[in-house]
This record gives sequence, structure tokens and C-alpha cells, in this order.
Amino acid sequence: MTTPSPTLNAPLSKAPLAPTRFADAAPLVEVANLKVVARGEDGREFPIVKDVSFSVKRGEVVALIGESGSGKTTIALSVMGYARSGCRIAGGRVRLGDCEVTALSESGLADLRGRRVAYIAQSAAAAFNPSRTIMAQVIESALIHKTATKAEAEVKARALFTALALPDPDGVGDRYPHQVSGGQLQRLLAAMALITDPELVIFDEPTTALDVTTQIEVLKAFKAVVRDRDTTGLYVSHDLAVVAQVADRIVVLRDGAIREVGATGQIIEAPRDDYTRSLIAAAEPQPRAAAPLRETPAPLLEVTNLSAGYGGLNADGMPHFPILDAVGFRIQRGSTLGVIGESGCGKSTLARVVAGLMPAARGAVTLDGRPLPPTIAGRSREDLRRIQIVFQMADTALNPAHSVSKALSRPLTFYHGLTGAVLDRRVFELLDLVKLPRGLADRKPGELSGGQKQRINLARALAAEPDLILCDEVTSALDTVVAAAVLDLLVELRRDLGVSYMFISHDLKTVRAICDDIMVLYAGRKVQAGSREAMAEPPSHPYADLLTASVPEMRMGWLEGAGAHASNFIDPADKTKGGKLFSRSGCAFYPRCPLGIAGTCDRERPPLRVTPQGSEIACHRSDADLMSLTAR
Amino acid sequence: MNAGMSRLLLTRLATAAGTLLFVAAAVFVTTTMLPGDVAQEILGQSATPEAVAALRHGLGLDRPPVERFLSWLGGLLVGDPGLSLVNGVPVATLIGGRLSNSLLLAAVTAAVSVPLALLLGVSSAMLRGSIYDRVVGTATIFVVSVPEFLVASLAVLVFAVKLRWLPALAQAPQGHGLLDLMRSFAMPIVTLTFVIVAQMARMTRAAVIDTLAAPYVEMARLKGAGPIRIVLTHALPNAIGPIANAVALSLSFLLGGVIIVETIFNYPGIAKLMVDGVATRDLPVVQACALIFCAGYLLLVMLADIAAILSNPRLRHR
Amino acid sequence: MTHHETPPPALAEAPPAGGPSTDSLSAPSSRRHLSFPKIGVVGMLGAMIVLFWLVMALFGNQFAPYDVGEILDADVFEPMSRLYPFGTDYLGRDILSRVLAGTRQTVGIALIATSLAALGGALGGLAAAVTGGWFDALLSRTLDALVSIPSKMFGLILVAAFGSSIPALILTLAVIYLPGCYRLVRAVAVNVAALDFVLVARARGEGKFHIMTREVLPNIVGPVLADFGLRFVYVVLLLSSLSFLGLGVQPPDADWGSLVRENIGGLPYGAPAVIMPALAIASLTIGVNMLIDSLFGRSLRRKGAA
Repeated sequence: MTTPSPTLNAPLSKAPLAPTRFADAAPLVEVANLKVVARGEDGREFPIVKDVSFSVKRGEVVALIGESGSGKTTIALSVMGYARSGCRIAGGRVRLGDCEVTALSESGLADLRGRRVAYIAQSAAAAFNPSRTIMAQVIESALIHKTATKAEAEVKARALFTALALPDPDGVGDRYPHQVSGGQLQRLLAAMALITDPELVIFDEPTTALDVTTQIEVLKAFKAVVRDRDTTGLYVSHDLAVVAQVADRIVVLRDGAIREVGATGQIIEAPRDDYTRSLIAAAEPQPRAAAPLRETPAPLLEVTNLSAGYGGLNADGMPHFPILDAVGFRIQRGSTLGVIGESGCGKSTLARVVAGLMPAARGAVTLDGRPLPPTIAGRSREDLRRIQIVFQMADTALNPAHSVSKALSRPLTFYHGLTGAVLDRRVFELLDLVKLPRGLADRKPGELSGGQKQRINLARALAAEPDLILCDEVTSALDTVVAAAVLDLLVELRRDLGVSYMFISHDLKTVRAICDDIMVLYAGRKVQAGSREAMAEPPSHPYADLLTASVPEMRMGWLEGAGAHASNFIDPADKTKGGKLFSRSGCAFYPRCPLGIAGTCDRERPPLRVTPQGSEIACHRSDADLMSLTAR
Repeated sequence: MNAGMSRLLLTRLATAAGTLLFVAAAVFVTTTMLPGDVAQEILGQSATPEAVAALRHGLGLDRPPVERFLSWLGGLLVGDPGLSLVNGVPVATLIGGRLSNSLLLAAVTAAVSVPLALLLGVSSAMLRGSIYDRVVGTATIFVVSVPEFLVASLAVLVFAVKLRWLPALAQAPQGHGLLDLMRSFAMPIVTLTFVIVAQMARMTRAAVIDTLAAPYVEMARLKGAGPIRIVLTHALPNAIGPIANAVALSLSFLLGGVIIVETIFNYPGIAKLMVDGVATRDLPVVQACALIFCAGYLLLVMLADIAAILSNPRLRHR
Repeated sequence: MTHHETPPPALAEAPPAGGPSTDSLSAPSSRRHLSFPKIGVVGMLGAMIVLFWLVMALFGNQFAPYDVGEILDADVFEPMSRLYPFGTDYLGRDILSRVLAGTRQTVGIALIATSLAALGGALGGLAAAVTGGWFDALLSRTLDALVSIPSKMFGLILVAAFGSSIPALILTLAVIYLPGCYRLVRAVAVNVAALDFVLVARARGEGKFHIMTREVLPNIVGPVLADFGLRFVYVVLLLSSLSFLGLGVQPPDADWGSLVRENIGGLPYGAPAVIMPALAIASLTIGVNMLIDSLFGRSLRRKGAA
């Protein structure tokens, strides 16, 4: 265990704010030997936070970083004297200024919460009461703690809305939570926290649930108010790159214990602990070697002009609620196509249509030159065998009632007719293939870790001996270190078995690490596609450029410099304000595009053209115009 | 009120009307599928075939089923469900006074039990896990799992036999004072209240506990809100739908409870009429009473759904 | 979605806490015993009560101290005594013997009726959940409408139509509770059928029957069993109520409800002949409730309440 000694805590970040700022200040928060226990289903208590000590000085932002189960949220909540149902603070001290939090009564804690310490939750959509207006909830702590009258608090709230760069700061308070987008709610939650000018603000993964282009906006807003108000913060996150932008110091946690404490610069540049190093390595995935392409005359999979959606069909054969709009691509045998886009862009629907789980409205899916029937019912067992799908949520993708061996046996029997000893041997071979011990064969999914479950999912797909595996966000629900190992496995299997992947992800870093070709989807349309190398070069489609610019980099000061051009865009999920999320008539990205040409981009659908670098771009602007965007 | 909401409400009304029609058809079909012949039963085994045929004709039993259903349905709509097969009195007359007796019983019971149950349910949800919660939980599960006639019997034993506070049977009120009225109805109301309160308190508690587990309630707690504020401004407004549902479902248990209670206390209500009708196979009486009960149930459930729709902020504010 | 960072601490590539440790070679059967829900003192008590009445339903006659129909005493509605532990009834017969003999009627009819309802409901619910479309819509709408007839009312109507013979009673009770079973099974099955592993099975090309029986069914056994127990309680209560109204089991047979009815005249005297059969019903229903509560928890109770 590492107890931070005060002399080692000089912050290296926030260079303009000199280290002397903290030098003479006594710590605002002191956590000493904190122990939190949880009660298991069998009624026994087990520790989830083990003897944790650290401190936060006035004006400092300290990050608690770790993977799921590291106890980071639990620790942050105990600073408010709060333990979730089933948990209990079992030992240690938490001091806030002159106040012993751990010794307070329930009413003493109520006086502290919302007044001296405020909390910003991960999911703003869940943290707002659906049946009250936003303003009533934002000013509630001020009224509870009587720091202001209702009228004063509302004036202050509007000022905070403006400071947090919220659109329509005068009107947003009258709305109900469901009428406002997720990114805006997250900022409103910050206004709620700051309304009483608390001494400490706890940020609990406040941007994790957001799309990457929204995250950057929210982070900027947070950073601005924290700087302007000299707020002391405790920032909980699993994402080192995000934390590098906002924190002065970082506490690295694992399994409820501290692994390393240090200034942000030291942690990301010169980590001392092995675990910290593995976290950093996993957060910055290195490109894996590309597959040696086997020269074949025809692509393995060819999708042409594919449209799909919900509701009945219009006169022109398009669905009323289109999800995919005229998407086309090819996957060569043994190669990997990465499909990237924000939530709702249609990438998961694409996998479902290719697998036959959802029929296409228009267009064709061709496997090895042979058109595939649109639905499962129409496809032969052999067709089905050749395309397998692996889902994001490892938990729900395995039948909890079936053992590992049963899950793996079924496709072996179903597609290959294996039984008896041959079947058992093949199950063991599959476990070997995904690098799991054979002893797991008898286990039920509930007894496996997340990474193990995802490997079983992969093994089940491999049991069919498919040509193509559709990977739908297969690493998104996993902790970074585990996800990195699964990515390595995918690359290795492709090399050894010659299988192709369609790799769907919202994470540009991951896609760049393992894909040969990349396709960017926006609102169900292909906006750019090309080889990994071509996609790394300008010109880029303005949306692809925004996506690239929004991915946090693991260096301090990135946020200040990055994505300067992105800040003018409307919030993508905001359908009530100004423009629409996307347009159907012209270019889908027009409402958010910094280069949009009125009269052209909002009317005519942009043609696909091939750039000198070899990528396809759907844009009315010339290559030179697009180059200027990237150069900014 | 906006267009989406009015459309939802209209849909809900139409569903209720459709269900009632379906139930009417089901009741009619079931009761006319009687294996025996009503005319034969009325006249006895010794009756001549001619006499039976004449009675069948007189009762309209020789007409095709669809025609009989439609004329029955038409009669119901104008408040004339036909004549009793047993004594030839119009069913409407038989039901008349008894319906108001039953409604009075139900209304008084509801007036007593709804506030009591909400209080018990909300308070035990707030004090979840306390001794109070456990006592309420154990007592209510006991009442819910035993037959109504046991509750009634125990109530008679305690209040009438041992304490001699109340008469064991419900009679038509002897005097005219309110006290006399109360005394004569007391036993049925006490029994029904026990049963309904237990049911409703359990469901209310569950609904409030569900809401108290919501993340926005945790958020309110972390803002320093006290327990009263949390329940009144954060939990209850979001629990209106589930609570209305709990109240409606529990009050529908009242419909079942009434059947037992009216019988055991010999209370001159519509449920007693129906039970007697079943025993004597007096079909028009059974059909009419059954439809009144089903309509009452559908009305309750529909009101609860409407309360849930009206209280949903996503529907109220688009 | 909130990020609940609560137990168990899922370690990077290690099995979750509480599960078996790394000794992956332990036999699967022993693990299954571990995962069986533990029942506490309350559950044990409930199980014992239920077991007792099941034994009585099978062999109650052998344990009865007197012949069921024999009039033993000129004094009617006698209080409890050494001779007659539960007193005597309105004809002077031994109540204990009659209660024990009535177990077969109450438990037997209710058990068969509940099984029929559960079987029919489970088949229909599973088929509707897996098939979907118009089949699901038609079945669901029809049975939903039947649910809106209060159960006691439904019972009266069916008894008016089909009479009170024991087969008619069994069918009546089964028909009344089948829509409820269907709704529960369909509701839980629809949730399971929407999970990714069912999608994987569909994508593999599995047929509807395989998906129903192999993928969905094993995952809804718990809720369906819990519902069976609760439903059994409702059936017992309804059967007793019908008998109490004189519309259920007919003389000379007598279930517990009929015993209460026969002896209701003893109520003003506080005769045990009224209270004892009613208490027998209460002990059975409360016993089943206690057992289910400790086996499946409270979360399921509300779903079955409709």
C-alpha cells in the first residue's frame, strides 16, 4: 500500500497554476485506512475497499482510476459518508476540512451532502427524476441547505448553464429530463452539483456513457468551470486518457487497494507500478500486423446498396424508419473490415442484416459470389455455418443454463454432426484455441469472468468453422487490459485459421489496431471507407475528422489543443434545438458539418469519390477543402 | 393534454369496451352451454314433452344462440336483462335495491381501506427492514394467504362472540341513526377491510420500494434531502402509476371478497343474489350479476391505467 | 445505465468471487448443489408443513382416529377434548378425522388443477414468446380478456354451467388460472427470448422447438415453479371458497371448505368445528407461501399477484 507523503504530491499539471498554490494548504480531504465491506448472497461480508489512504488538497483535482471492481466509486461515495445498499464502511477515517465524515450522524451527513460535497453521477439520464423539471432539481440542494432563495438560485443556475456552454440557458430549466440530450443532461448535473458552491465535487465517470464527440464537449465544459471556480475535485474514471486532461494527481486502484499514487505527468509518462504500466499499454493499443492477403478473384463478402430499417416500406422501397441507407462494401478472404460510428449509426443493424437476423429492404449480400437469401429461413445450413456472429454483451450471449461444453457442442453437432468422443475432443481443441483451460468445460457462464465468457463466445463461433465472423462491439464491455488480450486472440486466430472479420466498434483506437480496412458510418450511410493506411492520411470526411479529433490522447494538454473546430457543432443527440441530428435529403452530416454548403449539401446527396490516397469519401467538398479542415 | 396522450386514452377506452363485449360473449356462451335443459329442470322430471316445449318457447330458448345473445345484449343496454327463470320477476327488479346495498358496502370499505393501506404500505417501504416493516409484512401475508371466511369467522368470534360489540349477522338497519347503520354493516366492513388492506399495503410497499431503488433517489439522498422530502417529492410522484395499479387490483379483490362476506353475513347484496342464482341455475340473474362485476373490475383497472398515463411525464410533456 | 461498482469484484480474468475457485476439476454435480437456493428456518418450516399435508392427502384416512361418516356423539359442536382433539361437528362426528379425510379433496383437486393450468399456460406462453406475430397477439388478447373476469366470478359462472362434479371442478379451476400462468410464462419467456444467446441460436438456424425447449425453458424454470406454488395457493383458496358457498365439493364428500360450510352454525358458539378446517387451509397456504418466499425471494411475488 502506498501512503502519499505530502512532499511527493506537487502537481505537475496545470502549469499556469503554480505548484505553490497547494503548498501551504492543508488537505481538504483526508482518507485514512478506509475499509468498506459488502455482504455477499450467502450473508458473509467481504472487503471491497482494503485500507485505502490518500488526500486531496484545496483546488486540486485527484483522479481515482481503476477497472471494474477496483472500488473507485465506493471510495468516492464514502467521502460523502455514503455506502450503497449491501455495503458498509467498516473502518478508517474520512475527514473533510474540519469535519470527521465517518463520525457524523445521518442528519449530520445530510447537512454535508449537496452542501459541502456534491456528486456528479455517471448516467445523468438516470440521476434526474423524470417527473420534475430540470430547474427544480438543479436548485434543490440550494433550497434544502438554504444557501439561497428560490429566485437567487434560479439566477445562479442560469449563469451556470451559460458557463457550461449549454444551449438555451434561459429555457432549458423549464424542460423535463427526457426532453434534453444525454450530453446536456450531464452538464446540467454539473450545474446541480455547483449550485451551492461545494468545497468538493465528486465526478463519477461523468463522460463514460457518452459518445466520443459528445464527451469532448462535456469535458471542456467541466474543465472550464473547475478552473474558473478553483473547484476541488475527485474524478473517478477507468479512462486514463480522459483523466490525463482533468486531474492533477492520479490514484491507481486495483481490487480495492492502492497500487500507485503520483502526479498525472509521472503516472502517464513514468509509471512505477506494473499494473499501471499494463493499464497504459492497454489504453493505447498498438496496430497489430495486417493479414497477408490471399489473392482471390472475388471478395469473400460483398454488400451492395444495402438499405434496411423498421416500419413499412415507402413507395420507393425504403423503410419508414431507415437505419441503413445504401451501404456497400467488400471483405476479402482473411482480412478484417472495421465498421465505426456513434451509437445509432446502424453498425449493429448491418451485422444483423448480413447474418440474416433482419431482412434488408433493398440491396444484396453476396457470399463468395453467390447472393444470400435475405432471411435465416431462406438460407441453407451451410450458408448459416459460414457466417457467425459474436455479440457485445458476453453475459447475455451465453445461455446461463448451459455449461461451456454444451454451448460449444451444439454447433459442432448441428453443423458437423459430431458426437461422442470426437465431439469431446473437438470441444477441448476449441478451448485450447481460445487459450482457456480445458477444466472450464463443465462450468456454467455464471462461474466465468467477462473475458472468459467472451472467449467462449468466440470459440462457439469458431466451432462452426466459419469463413466470416461478425464481431459486434466484442471488446466494448470488457476492462481495457482484458479487451487487449481478446484483440490479440482475434488477430492470432485470423493468422492461424484464415478467418475474416467484420469488426464493429465505436472505438477508433481499437479499430485502427486490428483492422485492414475501415468504414465510417454516419446516420446509416457510408461517409468514408478505405484501407487503414489510406484512412490515416488526409483528406478525411468532416465527420471522420471530427471522430478522430475527439478521441482523447494520453498526454496532458490534449483537450486544450484538440478539436477546436468541433465546438461549434450542435449537440448530436439534440433534436429539439436548432437543426436536426442528421438530414435525410442531402448529406446526412450537413447539420453538424463545418464545411456544409447551403443549397448543395442540404439538397443533394454527395457522390462517393476516391481520393488520391485511395479512400472513398462521400462529400461535395474538394480534396483541397477537406485538407484545410484537417490542417486547422 | 396533447394529441399523443388523448390517442392513448382513447385507445385505452376502446380496449376496455372491446374487452367488456368479449367478456359478455364469454359469459353468455358459457352459461348457455349448460348440459341440462332449464325448462325440464323448472318443470321437473314428470312434465310432458309438450309442456317443456311450450316453456322453452315461452322463455325464448328455442331461438338460435346468436339471436338470443343479441337480444340479451340489447336488453342489457336498455337496463332490461330479462326475467328470472325461478320466480318470473324481472332481473332488474331483483338487482335494483341489492346493487345499492353492495355498492354501499364496497364504498365504505374502500373509503376506510385505501388511506389505511397507503399509509401502511408507504410507511413500511420507508422503514424497510425495521421491526415495524416485518410485523406489517408478516401480518399482511398471513391475511392474504388465508380464505376470507376464516377472517370473517375470526372477526365474528372476537367482536361478536367474545367482546359482544357487534351483531354477528348483518341485518337491514333496524333504527335510522347512523350508529345503527354502522352497527349493522360493521362485521362485513371489518372483514373486507382486513382482506383489502393487507393486499393493497403489500402491493403499495412493493411499488414504493421499487421507486426508492431508482438512481435519482440516490442522487436526492446525495443532495442532502431528508427521508420525508425523498418520499414526497422524488418517490411518490413516480410511483403514482404502480400505486394506482395496486389500488385497482386490490379493490378488485373486494369484488371477490364481497361474494364470501355477503354470504357469510347474509347481507342482502348482489353477490348473494348471484350465489343463490348459481345454486338454482337462474341463468338471467347469473349473467346480469356477472356482467356487473366484470364491468366494475374493468372500470377499476381502466381508471388505474388512465392515472398511470396521466402521471407519466414523458407523455404529459412532449 | 448506472455503473454499480458493487460486489463481487470481477477480477481481470479470474472467476467472480463467491464462485468456485481455480480448482476447475471439481465435479459439476457438486457445484449444482452449491447453487441450489438455501432455505432458512422459515423455508424449512414451510417445507415441513407442505410435506405433512401431502402425506395426509395420500394416507390421511389411515391416520384418522374415527370413521369419517360415523356419528359418535349426541352432543354436537363439542369443544376440543382428549377424545375429540378438534371437537365434533354439527352431527356429532369427529372433526379431526373429517379434516384429515378432506385433505385428499382439497390438496388433490387443487394440485391437479394447478398442474393443468401451469402445463397449458407454459406451453402456450413459450410458443407465443418464441413464435411472436399474429399467433402471439391473438392468444395474448384472448387470454388477457379472460384475466379480466374476477376469479371468484369466473368460478361461479363455470359452476353454473358445468356443475360441481369433481372433474368439472378441476377443469373449472384449471381454466380460471390458465390465463394467469400463460401471462407469467410469456412475460418471462419474452425477456429471455430477446437475449443475445437466443439470437445466436436463431442465427445458427435452430428451429422453434429447440429454441423453446433448450434455450428458453431452462432459464425460466425458477419463476415458473414459484408461480406454480403461488397459483396453487390461489386455487386452494378459490376451491375452498366455492365449497364454502356450497358450490364446490358436494356431500357426501367434503373438502375443508365444505367442512366450514357444514359447521358455520357453530360459529356463534365458537365451536372448533368451524375454525379447525379453516385453520387447516390457512396452514397449507401459509406453508406454501413460506416455502416459496425462501426459495425464490420476494421479487417474484408481485408478478403472480394479478
